[in-house]
Amino acid sequence: MLKKIFLSLAFVLASAGAFAQDAAAPLNDARIAHIAYTAGQIDISAANLALEKSEDAQVLAFAELMARDHAAVNEEALALLNRLDVAPQENDTSAALSSQAREREEQLAALAGREFDIAYVENEVTFHKTVNDALQNLLIPNAQNADLKALLETGLSLFREHQLHAEHLLHEMN
Amino acid sequence: MSRFSRRAFLATVASGALARPSFSNAAGRYLVIDIDKMKFGVSHIELKAGDTVRWRNKDLVRHTATARDGSFDIDLPRGEEGSIYLVTPGKMEVYCRFHPGMIMTLSIVE
Ligand SMILES: [Cu+2]
Repeated sequence: MLKKIFLSLAFVLASAGAFAQDAAAPLNDARIAHIAYTAGQIDISAANLALEKSEDAQVLAFAELMARDHAAVNEEALALLNRLDVAPQENDTSAALSSQAREREEQLAALAGREFDIAYVENEVTFHKTVNDALQNLLIPNAQNADLKALLETGLSLFREHQLHAEHLLHEMN
Repeated sequence: MSRFSRRAFLATVASGALARPSFSNAAGRYLVIDIDKMKFGVSHIELKAGDTVRWRNKDLVRHTATARDGSFDIDLPRGEEGSIYLVTPGKMEVYCRFHPGMIMTLSIVE
């Protein structure tokens, strides 16, 4: 079931490619920033859930890292948008991301113990992979402002580390 | 720039490093390595026993400079710096505990 959710998430992100061509809602910097920021908030929210529910030291350490790193990047993103005087613009992709994430969190919240830990870390692997693919193939190539592009690139390096970390953790848990 | 520090600077450049020695004295050089954009500013650096290396975290997120052999572990919250005085010759890998893909090596000669 979780796999299905992530397939649809991947679809949502992939379909953003289509609306990038849409003249009515082009994938401009304000929308790109909103998508990236939303993805960060989703991961922080999942991390907070894990910090509440997990009792596994490694899972807790990982969740703490996610909360801290994503908060730092998002804080920087807001500061940058402020400097550029650009307001992040809500869009179909970020709205879909949020609603998918709410659904996923409800399912995670219903789990407990080791079952929760594994589902959380599996989600982290898939979520980072999906977001990293979107950053690489969609958000970074379409970003116009050089500082925004640079921040997304640093984000991508960071989130690739997170993905590896999550994969490693999952491997150790299984 | 004194002749001594110029020599230290050239030695650093010759090693292919971007680290900047901010000063040097008879006791050893003092080299600064900046961390930014998820990378150590140098991937490899050659040092002499008695040199001091200082890591400065200019990046968005917290990092560490941690010796693979466990000999030091410097926590580097955003904007912070920390140094290590190197005395034991040898080659050593340094990584970030939070982002283990961040790796650099130090070669310390006598
Ligand atoms: Cu790090």
